[in-house]
Amino acid sequence: MTLKLPIFMDSQSTTPVDPRVLEAMLPYFTEKFGHPASRNHPFGWEAEAAVDKAREQVAKLIGARDPKEVVFTSGGTESINLALKGAAEMYREKGNHIVTTAIDQRATMDVCKRLERQGIEINYVPVGRDGLVSVEEIAKAMTPKTILISVMFANNEIGTIQPVAEIGKLAKEKGVLFHTDAIQAAGKIPVDVEAMGIDLLSATAHLMYGPKGVGALYVRRKNPRVRISPMIDGGGHERGMRSGTVPVPLAVGFGKAAEICREGMAEEGKRLAALRDRLQNLILSKVDEAYLNGHPEKRLPHNLNISFAYVEGESVLMGLNKEVALSSGSACTSATLEPSYVISALGVDSELAHSSIRFGLHRFSTEEEIDFVGRRTVEVVHRLREMSPLYEMAKEGVDLKSLHWKAE
Amino acid sequence: MAYSDKVIDHYSNPRNVGSFSKDTPGVGTGLVGAPECGDVMKLQIKVNVETGVIEDAKFKTFGCGSAIASSSLATEWLKGRTVDDAAKIKNTDIVNELKLPPVKIHCSVLAEDAIKAALEDYKEKWTKSEAPAGQSAS
Repeated sequence: MTLKLPIFMDSQSTTPVDPRVLEAMLPYFTEKFGHPASRNHPFGWEAEAAVDKAREQVAKLIGARDPKEVVFTSGGTESINLALKGAAEMYREKGNHIVTTAIDQRATMDVCKRLERQGIEINYVPVGRDGLVSVEEIAKAMTPKTILISVMFANNEIGTIQPVAEIGKLAKEKGVLFHTDAIQAAGKIPVDVEAMGIDLLSATAHLMYGPKGVGALYVRRKNPRVRISPMIDGGGHERGMRSGTVPVPLAVGFGKAAEICREGMAEEGKRLAALRDRLQNLILSKVDEAYLNGHPEKRLPHNLNISFAYVEGESVLMGLNKEVALSSGSACTSATLEPSYVISALGVDSELAHSSIRFGLHRFSTEEEIDFVGRRTVEVVHRLREMSPLYEMAKEGVDLKSLHWKAE
Repeated sequence: MAYSDKVIDHYSNPRNVGSFSKDTPGVGTGLVGAPECGDVMKLQIKVNVETGVIEDAKFKTFGCGSAIASSSLATEWLKGRTVDDAAKIKNTDIVNELKLPPVKIHCSVLAEDAIKAALEDYKEKWTKSEAPAGQSAS
């Protein structure tokens, strides 16, 4: 079999739609085009039934007791906005303090920054070298004014899986709400809002082989009954929490994607973890001073993040980008010109944050692709080290940290 | 971000990668940038001390593709110039030649800094009458 280039290995950014998902969606663009809130004719009934089924499929994936607890949104970013802003507004009289982590994703960070400007206090709990947040640190950060803990389930860069069930337990003990951003985790690893004490959960379809443009916010209805203020007012759809016509084809696709993920999760997780380990071994056995970022075991099966000392991440991507799609924590690949705050938060040298490369495997990744990507990555890193002054100095025995660098 | 053809060319076929021994007569070395900023350039010139003409230039760069391209281009431009002429290379010349987008202008600034640092080092080491013992400028 010939290898088809370029190879997509950036599955923490998005995933391709599974053909089975697309097939389920198609009729809802054409003959089944009704509005799910049209209560008085068969077109509406048909659309409503389809959305209900999708709601059920998503609910089942995350262990929700009642499908009504699933609120469809436009995606993960909106879900996070709705959870944090909606809870902050609803529970303002109870308190004005939220605890999150230093490595939660950009959407959470940006919402928190805005909430801070509005008088909400936020604690960004640091993480350890392995990317894990400590439950004790979260407990310590809490105040009598804390209304919400928001911790991502699994990190989008390093794949580290947080102790979600323990955090849920802590939240219950303290009587505060617990939101988790499960955008990377849902559909990939077991997520159970009941067993893990989750009150609010954000998910998105396009990271689980569903379409872009649809996500969900799980909002617990019992023990406790969680209420959030809506961000979008209108027709009172989605139990008043998110007005706007539910995009039926997208919701149907999300539901189907969730069902496929749930049914194949154990097997797919095992297969991808084996491929991921193969890639990791291929690279680490051939490149010295290459470091795994994140927790070596508690991590997503399809994620691999490695920092290559002495070479800059964007230059690695540039050497590969005709053949392989990857992502880097390098400043040069971000709009802000700052290196990855996630890698930096691990306490590694900031030089290594510039050097991190993320490999994201997915349902359609093959062993052949893995071997190709591993081989090419090693070649490119070696080539760049040959032209790296830092590598040369390190090999000469110069202690790079002892030098006084003339920064711009 | 799409790269210009010239950036891709310099990245894929960098000119003059390598190092001179710092003690070689006529060699000036510039080392600029910082690892934590994600860019370090080492640029070296080898000057004919009689004529003041840069006979050879080499670089090594830790940085993005545009940083590599900027320093590669700089070595190309330096060769054959006199020391005085070399000082006239401006970062904007590099920006124009490589069609660098605004976010990559700092790469060209760093390359200009590297050129200046190398020229200074050369002058410091090889054009002063009290050259360090054992490092004859002849």
